[in-house]
Order: sequence, then C-alpha cells, then structure tokens
Amino acid sequence: MSGFAKPLKIALGLIVIAGLIVIPMNFNRYGLFILSQWAVMTIAAMGLNLTLGYAGQVSLAQGAFVGIGAYAAAIMTTHGWPLPAAIVVAIALSFAVGWVLGYPALRVQHHYLAFVTLAFSTLAFLVFRNESWLTGGIYGISNIPRPHVFGIATNKPLPFYYICLSSLAIVSVAVWWLIRSPWGRAFMALRENPLRAQSLGIDTRRYTLMAFAIGSALGGVAGALYAPLTQYIDPVPFNLSLSLDLLMMVIVGGAGFYFGPFLGAMIAVLLPEWLRFTEGYYLMLYAIAVMGLLIWSPTGILGILDRTMAARRTKAASALRAVAKSRLETAQ
Amino acid sequence: MSAVLEVTDIKKSFGGITAVDGVSFDVREGEILGLIGPNGCGKSTLFNCILGQLTPSGGEVKLDGKVVTGLRPSELNKLGVSRTFQLLQVFPKLSVRENLILAGQEHQGNMASRLVGRSDAGLTDTADQMIGFFKLDHLAAEPAGGLSYGQQKLLDAAMAFMGGPRLVLLDEPAGGVNPTMLSDLKERLVAINREKNATFVVIEHNMEFVMSLCSRVMVMAEGKVLAMGRPDEVRKNPAVIEAYLGH
Repeated sequence: MSGFAKPLKIALGLIVIAGLIVIPMNFNRYGLFILSQWAVMTIAAMGLNLTLGYAGQVSLAQGAFVGIGAYAAAIMTTHGWPLPAAIVVAIALSFAVGWVLGYPALRVQHHYLAFVTLAFSTLAFLVFRNESWLTGGIYGISNIPRPHVFGIATNKPLPFYYICLSSLAIVSVAVWWLIRSPWGRAFMALRENPLRAQSLGIDTRRYTLMAFAIGSALGGVAGALYAPLTQYIDPVPFNLSLSLDLLMMVIVGGAGFYFGPFLGAMIAVLLPEWLRFTEGYYLMLYAIAVMGLLIWSPTGILGILDRTMAARRTKAASALRAVAKSRLETAQ
Repeated sequence: MSAVLEVTDIKKSFGGITAVDGVSFDVREGEILGLIGPNGCGKSTLFNCILGQLTPSGGEVKLDGKVVTGLRPSELNKLGVSRTFQLLQVFPKLSVRENLILAGQEHQGNMASRLVGRSDAGLTDTADQMIGFFKLDHLAAEPAGGLSYGQQKLLDAAMAFMGGPRLVLLDEPAGGVNPTMLSDLKERLVAINREKNATFVVIEHNMEFVMSLCSRVMVMAEGKVLAMGRPDEVRKNPAVIEAYLGH
C-alpha cells in the first residue's frame, strides 16, 4: 500500500468510513443485518489474522471463541447485566482460555497445532450443546436483549448496526496500534524465524501465548456482539464450520495484511447475497473461486495488490538506476 | 584478564553419535577467540549448547562466574550474549532498519512499555548509527530480502550488536563474503571489540581471516579440543596440520 501518497490514503479511508455511516441509512432490515454481521465477523477475523497472519500460529478454534463470547453475553444480558459488562467478561474469558490454548503451540506447530485447536473447537461445541443448565442446550438462549446507549434503544436495526460499526472502529484502531508496536514486530519475527527471534532476546513463549490470547479475545468480542445481533443463539453456528469460515476469510483476504480480514469477511458475508441468482450453485461457485484465487495468489487478494506494487517499485527503481547509469556514462 | 565465559566438560550426543565430547575452555574479557576445525567436528553444536538452543547432555557453562547452563536463548541474550548463525538469518520482509530495531527492542523497557510506548522502542537513531557503521546507509529502507548476500551477511552481524552485547558468538561470518567486503567486516569487528569492549568467539574456515583477527585460536576435532593457543603456535602444531590444515 505504500505506493499511495499518504493524503490520498487518508482521503480514501474517510470516504469509506463516511460511506459505511451514511449509505446504510437507506437499507432495509435485512441489509442492515448483513452489514452488521460483516462488522462482527471482521472483528473475529482480525483476531485470527493476528494469531495466524502475523504470529504464524495456525488456529481452527476461532469460531469456538466467538461462541464463548456469545454465550457469555447471552447468559449475562438475559440475567439483567448490561452489555458492556458482558463484553468485558467475554474478553477476559476468551483471553484466558486462548492463553491456555496457546500452550500446545509451544510444543507443536503447523498442522499438528491445527489438530489440537480443532479438538478444542469440538470440545467447546459439546459444552455449548450438552451443558444445558448453563447454555440451554440445543434449545439455546432466546430473547437476548439489546442495550440502551445514552438512553437510546438499539432494538431497531440501524442503531445496533452503529454499535457494531463503532466496535469495529475501536478494534481496528487497537489492532493497528498493536501491529505497529514492538509487539507486532515480535509477532512477525515469531512467524518468520522463531530461532533467530530467540537469539535476539525475544521471549517467543510469552509472545506466542499473547498472540493466541489476544486473537481469541477478539473472537470473544465478536461473539458478545453476535448474541444481541441475532437475539437468539444455539450451539450450531459455533461449530467447526465457523472456524473454517473465519480461516477462509483471513486467507482469502490476505493473511498478515491489515485489511485482509475486512475484505475476506466482506466476501464471505456478501458473496452469498450477490450470487443468490445462481440459486443452488452458490457454494460450488464460491469453492471454485477460492481454489482459483489460492492457486493464482497463495497470499490472498491483498497479496495480488502487494505483488503488483512491489513489481512497480522494482520497475521504478531499475528505471532510476538506468538513468543514473546513462548519466554516468555521458559524464565519462 | 578475567574469564567472561567458562565452559566445563560440555558433552552432547545425538543418539549414538557424540557431537561434542567433553569440551572445556574459557574466553577472556575483551579477546577474540577463533574456533576452527573440520566440518562435523562439533563447533556449531558447541555454540548451540552454550547458547541454550540445545540442552547439553553434560557439563556446565558459566557467564561471569554464574552458572547459565539450561537458560533459554532469549534469557541469555538479555544477559548480554548474542550470536549469528551459520546460515543467513535476517528477516527478509522487514526493512534493514526494522531488522535492527527488532534486534534491539527486547533490550528496551518491559513488555508493557513495548506495547504502549513508541513504535520503534526509541531505537531509530541507534539503528541508523549501526547502519552507518556497517556502511548500509543507502539500503536502510529496503526490505532485507532484496539485499545482496554479502550485504545481508553484514546486516546479520549488525543485528547481533544491537542489544549492546558483552559476548558475541559468530558462526562463519566470512562464509560467502567477497574479499573487499570481508576486510570491511573485519575492520568493523575489531572496532566494536576495541571501542565497545565486546568479547568475541568466531567460528571460521577462512584461515587468513582467523589468523589475522583472533588473539587465540581453539582447534576442535571429533568433538574434542585438539589445541588451544596463539595463532602462530596453533599453525605449527603437527596434530592440527594433520587433522585440519593439511600439509
């Protein structure tokens, strides 16, 4: 992205933000629901992007953390607690569980780690389904209330969409700060070369656990918004397929790219709507498109952009060198 | 001169193979110790045992008189022990400057301050000085992966010095580096050794480089110490000629 001039980037960002605020005012209930879902899923995917994309730790359990956050919020708000308190608990709970889930990553990596997290995902699903004294079992939890913000009820879709959008904004700023900080640099070092990282004093154990815990906590935030968004939860949406969907969002958008999850979640949430005219063929088309994309660009959609920019920079640099060389020759 | 590093009877075996077989030596403050020997004689394994990358099967490592055997590499680095690897180990996607900031950031503040504090951990100036010192100025903003092999090798060495280490273990710093760049590298190492009072242990096959750089040379063969002494002594040692240098 560094090919763009800074003011241009800021202007583009402001236009997108303004668009996200203004345009949905004319949307119907369903359109707003889809857009809110995009905001929520982007938060969860940003968490996974941190764990997987930046720190290089494979996780197939992000969906389970969305579930943990959703159940925490559903249980607390149906018992009269305010949503902000529920979000705090959801963050703390998924951070703690994510931290513990990070321990296997200190011993196993890559697909072995994927299996460990997959097992955790199944375990979480079984808890949601079987511990009915707490979770309502297969009947789930209904009538999840939506909060009042500054005295305004958010039962209508538009106000609640703004809650999702502002949460996304807060999370985006926090993640941006995190990846620019020395922590972000340490996460990337963990992904690129843990051996060298250690020899430079980077406590790879602590950073690995942190990458898991923070990524999971963002899953929890997404869940705590998902519950009041749908106002009804049961175990099914939080099974393994949600984890796989989130993984797909991160990879299709571009793992390790800041804007990857925004794009990936947009495709995963909006594409079914756009491809509605294909009726039953939607999933097949989606599958083919993803296969094609990953063969063409294993680093996702933003990977294509990155390659184009890099090629352009190389071209510019060699042009500059050629000019310098010819000048040198004429001078001689 | 007191010993910075004391290694006593270090052993390391992999299955039936004994890679390091009871090696003892010490490194004196401020010296440059060369470590030579044929391929597979256990030099790199010895480094890895000293630096915590491998757990030795036996023996003891002392840093400034304190036992540090079994500490993790990151903990040893915090105590002022730094290293380079035989193969290039820079972070190719990060810029030269970012590589150096990364190499020094864990020596600044604590976990909390590294999260809420400045993005560069206050190291941009130090990194740029290091870049100037290693003559990489025009490359500061380039991704490290785009540098030539020799330039990456210089960056690799520069990274080892960002934390202001007292003891640096260099594993084949001259490998694959052309003669002009090599004399540059030697000059830089000597300067850091004198000005910053950093102690070095250098594994190297380039005999000219070793003999002109090091104050003492240790020769290993088949996991054991074969000889230890001044470069000119070692060069004349019949056992060393037989095992390594050739006639």
